[in-house]
Parts: sequence; structure tokens; C-alpha cells
Amino acid sequence: MESSFNSEDNTLCVSITEDIDHHTTEKIRRKMDYEITRFMPRKVMFDFSKVSFMDSAGIGLLIGRYKLIKLLGGNAEIINTNKSIEKVLEMSGIVKIIPIQKKKEIS
Amino acid sequence: MKSRYDNEMELHFLSKSSNEAFARITVAAFAAQLDPTIEELADIKTAVSEAVTNSIIHGYENTEGIVKLKATLLDNVVEIEVSDNGKGIEDVELARKPLYTTKGNLERSGMGFTIMESFMDEVEIQSVVEIGTKVTMRKKIKKEVENEEGEELEETELTQENTLMNS
Repeated sequence: MESSFNSEDNTLCVSITEDIDHHTTEKIRRKMDYEITRFMPRKVMFDFSKVSFMDSAGIGLLIGRYKLIKLLGGNAEIINTNKSIEKVLEMSGIVKIIPIQKKKEIS
Repeated sequence: MKSRYDNEMELHFLSKSSNEAFARITVAAFAAQLDPTIEELADIKTAVSEAVTNSIIHGYENTEGIVKLKATLLDNVVEIEVSDNGKGIEDVELARKPLYTTKGNLERSGMGFTIMESFMDEVEIQSVVEIGTKVTMRKKIKKEVENEEGEELEETELTQENTLMNS
């Protein structure tokens, strides 16, 4: 996982760099929570450009992070998803609380 | 012994979470013989990942056990069986419900069976408490090619065409 924080617009971009399943979520979760509590961003962007696979473990991961972000007064969005990841996200209904932004904003 | 399938394979592996990726990638490589689309292959990988993860975290509750995975090909149908000798599911109908989870504290979404059911054509669950669980999933790989008008032909039409050409 790689992340970058933009202090101008208070946005944390979190790029996941591996497939997301039950095996990998624990490590990703720890790193994400560290970055989120460290910067307390107004907005978190979950960048999926380097993720080729995600199962329902990813849904649990995103819901958990969303609760933390919300608690700290921020919101979240998802960018750069492939078709199969979108299918999992859309089926779970999570896109209603963490929308998929179709085009990445260049900062 | 002659198999009643066109092809079949079986894997036994320890209930370690690192095997989740191994299992789904292996099944995808095996199912690739049916020439599925990228989307169909992604569906199969996701469903296998869900079933295997269920065996590891619910069946064996992170203790060591053996997960068995069997995949068969017959015509254009891939059938996948994931079984364990774990603790079993008390109420299968309840477990199938979207968002139902017994492991909410572990941030499980409760979407596992829902994903298997919507990504595969058929999902059967057999489970006996303290004996184990077997999930059987089937998916038909739809062969589509474009004809001269650019319309997609279903597999049945293709078969007819092949029969005509061979006669």
C-alpha cells in the first residue's frame, strides 16, 4: 500500500498495491488505519489502479475504514476500479456510501 | 476408470489464508481450457475465493485442517466443489442471506454466499454440524462469436452451424 497526503485540500490518497482477499486485508487495514488517524483527512481516495482482484473481504475492509473516516469527520471515494471489482462493489451496495469516481482528479 | 467428465482435477491444501489466492488462480487456470471471457474468469475466481475463505475462517475457525477443492469440466460447464471437515453450518438458509455474518467483529461483510450465487449459475450447500460443509458451484461458459452482421451467436446456434459444416 502506498499513500500520499495533500495538505492543501486535506485529501489522503491510498493506493492499494495487491489483490484484496481475507489473507491480505489484515495488513492493508493496519496500514490504512495508521495513515487515516495520522492525517485525519477531510477526504480519502481509495485508488484501485494496482488491484486486479477483490472479493467480499474488500467490502468489509472498506466499510470498516469508512466508519473510521466518518468518525473523524471525513468522507471517502473510490477511483480507478476495473470491471470485476466494480461488480463486487456494486453488488454489495457500498457504492452508495463510498461512490466510485469515474475519472481520477489530477492534483 | 474412465471419468464421466471431459477433465477433472483435485487439490487438497491446508486451511491457511495464503492458499486463498493459490486456490482461485489454480481453478482459473484449469477453467481457462473452456475459453471463458475475462469477466467469466473473474466471476469464477471471486466465487472460489469466497468458498475457500469460508472453509478457512468459518469451517476451521483458523485451526489447521484440510480444504478439498475439486473442479470438473463437462461440455461447457465448469463445476467446482469446495469442502471441509470443519464445524459445519447450523442454519444454511440463514447463512445464505445477504449481510448475514457470524464474524461481524472481524469486519466480514456477510456477502460471501450472495457473491457465489450471483457470480455462478448454481450454488448448492450441504452441511452437517461438526462434520463439515460442501459447496458445489456450476457455471456455464457461454461461447459467443460474431457472425457477419456483427451479431452475437449463442452457443446452440454455433453447434448447429458446426454440424452443417461437418456434414
